[in-house]
Amino acid sequence: MASSIRVRATSSGETTEVQALIQHPMDSGFVKDAKGEIIPAHFIQQLTFEYDGKNVFTADWGGGVSKDPYVKFAFKGGKKGDELKISWVDNKGATDTTTAKIQ
Amino acid sequence: MTDVGFSATRRLILQGAGAVALVGLGNIPFGPTPALAAANDKYPEEAFKAKSEADAIKALYGKTAEPSDKVKMDAPEIAENGAVVPISVTTTLADVTSISFLVSENPVVLVASYKIPAGTLPNVANRIKMAKTSNVIVVVEAGGKLYSANKEVKVTVGGCGG
Repeated sequence: MASSIRVRATSSGETTEVQALIQHPMDSGFVKDAKGEIIPAHFIQQLTFEYDGKNVFTADWGGGVSKDPYVKFAFKGGKKGDELKISWVDNKGATDTTTAKIQ
Repeated sequence: MTDVGFSATRRLILQGAGAVALVGLGNIPFGPTPALAAANDKYPEEAFKAKSEADAIKALYGKTAEPSDKVKMDAPEIAENGAVVPISVTTTLADVTSISFLVSENPVVLVASYKIPAGTLPNVANRIKMAKTSNVIVVVEAGGKLYSANKEVKVTVGGCGG
């Protein structure tokens, strides 16, 4: 199965810029469907990025983050060809993990 | 409304037994996720239940924020679609450890909170939902203190209601 996580990590020499796009409904639990029934909350709660065995970024999310969430950040260091590990867990306990090569 | 009672209870929980509350009440979904347990980063369950900015910031950081022009928020004046509002923040503050995004009129005020380890730059961009026209607040924790920036974003079509 294709990963839910798409990551682009680009090194500029000194820093590595990371952009991540994840496929997830991010249902807040406040929206009603066509029948007027509440769509139960279903959203990613935590997204982590690891480089070289160390955490470089953690996102704690609520249902207020947009569907198919996008986030961008940058960290110092990071070599081209090295791997970045990305994982998320949602409020139902589902998880996904992927790795991305720094370009 | 039981709002007052609720927040009073929460405050008691936070003051009295913050750690116990986190372990005992808040983190049921994290039981079966050893990968995150290893990362040792607790999801701030209580902060994501807060109905006001002040409560959310208190639950997250246990202190209050002061406005700072060193926190630069980039947000649209008008968001045509409240379901996807791009917001980014940069700061010239040193020793940034955390950056959070709040929307005062959303049913859950806290939208996202990012942990910034040493070596990670204090710049974050993301996309958030806005129920209606509202203040967007960014809180930056730097050197153990909280700084904030504020901007009103007008929303034409809300992104949280059915």
